[in-house]
Amino acid sequence: MSSSLSSAEPRGSRPKRFLSPASIMIYSALLVAAIYYLIPLYVMIMTSLKGMPEIRLGNIFSPPVEVTFQPWATAWNSACTGLYCEGIKVGFFNSMKILVPSVILSIIIASVNGYALSNWRFKGSELFFTALIFGAFIPYQVMLYPLVIITRQLGIFGTLTGVVVIHTIFGMPILTLLFRNYFVSLPPELFKAARVDGAGFWRIFLQIMLPMSLPIFVVAVILQVTGIWNDFLFGVIFAGTKNFPMTVQLNNIVNSTQGVKEYNVNMAATILTGAVPLLVYFFSGKYFVRGIAAGAVKG
Amino acid sequence: MTKLHSVSIKDLSLNFGSISVLKNLNIEVADGEFLVLLGPSGCGKSTLLNCIAGLLDISDGQIFIKGKNVTWEEPKDRGIGMVFQSYALYPQMTVEKNLSFGLRVAGLPAAEIQNRIAHAAEILQIGPLLQRKPAELSGGQRQRVAIGRALVRDVDVFLFDEPLSNLDAKLRSELRVEIKRLHHKLANTMIYVTHDQIEALTLADRIAVMKGGLIQQLDDPLTIYNKPRNLFVASFIGSPAMNFLKGEIAGTNGSRVFRVADLDISLAGYEAQQPLAPGHTVIFGFRPEHIAISDQPGSAGRSCEAVVDLDEPMGADSLVWLKVAGKAISVRVDSGRRYQPGEKVFLIFNPAMASLFDAVTENRL
Repeated sequence: MSSSLSSAEPRGSRPKRFLSPASIMIYSALLVAAIYYLIPLYVMIMTSLKGMPEIRLGNIFSPPVEVTFQPWATAWNSACTGLYCEGIKVGFFNSMKILVPSVILSIIIASVNGYALSNWRFKGSELFFTALIFGAFIPYQVMLYPLVIITRQLGIFGTLTGVVVIHTIFGMPILTLLFRNYFVSLPPELFKAARVDGAGFWRIFLQIMLPMSLPIFVVAVILQVTGIWNDFLFGVIFAGTKNFPMTVQLNNIVNSTQGVKEYNVNMAATILTGAVPLLVYFFSGKYFVRGIAAGAVKG
Repeated sequence: MTKLHSVSIKDLSLNFGSISVLKNLNIEVADGEFLVLLGPSGCGKSTLLNCIAGLLDISDGQIFIKGKNVTWEEPKDRGIGMVFQSYALYPQMTVEKNLSFGLRVAGLPAAEIQNRIAHAAEILQIGPLLQRKPAELSGGQRQRVAIGRALVRDVDVFLFDEPLSNLDAKLRSELRVEIKRLHHKLANTMIYVTHDQIEALTLADRIAVMKGGLIQQLDDPLTIYNKPRNLFVASFIGSPAMNFLKGEIAGTNGSRVFRVADLDISLAGYEAQQPLAPGHTVIFGFRPEHIAISDQPGSAGRSCEAVVDLDEPMGADSLVWLKVAGKAISVRVDSGRRYQPGEKVFLIFNPAMASLFDAVTENRL
């Protein structure tokens, strides 16, 4: 056999083709999808940077000729939400006041729930868990009126406490599922070793389990922050007019009927409202996907 | 004077719902004894260990440790230390913190904790590793730390749950020797669960062979190996496995023989536990090393002709496969001589080292 022939024979690592037909197809499909989803955002940002005269010309895709940040300032400081004209910043701070205690409270309770349900099985714990998960499948509408009555009886209807309690309760099924599945996946022998070492319920939780659970806590925070921030229904029902969250305020701005529709202000207010979950998604995409997978795959 | 028992298990039963996992077990472990629980997976050996540790609630029976009834005690109050297959080291703590965790929980003074860690580190030679995290240790080092965690607790009884199963073969045999040395040094009672019969035979003072939640035989390793009480123990212990031939008892009162096909094997020298009745269907078992290959026929009734089927050299010795009465049997011989397939040889039986089992009850006769 001649040497020139043998050099053409396969040898070593297989050569990789830089752009195969398959990858061209995949990338072009992804590109189209990305553009499709980004166009609304593009239109919103462009509109929010235009003045009203320019908007009236109707070229929604064209970039602003004269960039102005006035709509953003108006949206934040002085847009009218019903009777008051203090901008959407009121809603932002209301949402924060609802968000922070709701997230902390629901995650603390759910993590202890999940830990107890995975490691300290008691008689009927499976039934308890099933009932809790079943709660996630009951439509909210069914529970709204009873909850209104209950919170009214407790004297927390239309208060910050009321809406925080409601968010905590409704976060329970999915968060407990999340934490239980995570704790079940930890090696059971660690728990046994800690028991032989004499640690009790809380010590095992705080000193052994918690330090190993950072990923799932990040996932839980992401789920709760985006979920509670985007909530409209509970905010409008349980928070009371003074505590309307940002989403409700946004609706009041956009849907106000008197005067001219200030599209640029509406766009700016909407982007401001969506900024929090958007930033959360942006900086935690990996954990967020993991959270979805953890909730969906194992069960 | 009654012998002091370190661990006594009385009528222990465990049921998961309607499934009976452990059935009325009774074991007495002497002080300083090394007991191995051996059995295939699912036989209940790990479950029994968890019951002794107090990690599983038992359904019935009692557990005594050092004469104290600990049936309802918490694991930490039982005077036990436990080593797990997966090491179960707390991943976020350093080796030192891992060792001291139980002591800190118990609220021991810092100086005492330091002393005990230093002592354990010296015995197990893990001094240089104290400030490392478990992730930075090799498998063997991790298992040493896990043993250290049991050691610092200064307990009467050590429980090992397949501690070497996650290690590679070389490390396993090294740590096996170390565990044996540790037992000699500490003279603690140790209960050791494994499915590896080599570990069981080398480490144990006594072995409890388990199957289906029952103890099949509880004896010293040599008795288990040479005089298995039933067919299960006989076939489970020994590698390469024991050979079995199914046939019947024949011959006269003074000289009973085992008859299979046209072959008669004399049973002279076999210590039967009960009279052997002619016509009784039995299983004749003999280990590959308790049979010899010869070029010459042996004395009558002790030898037969066989044809070599295969020769498996294993280094120190070889395993020769032959056909006897239509059944494949293996013989362990010195690897000095190789056998060719088809070669005709003579087998010399040694009835004194054989085992006879009832074909129906599978118990030793």
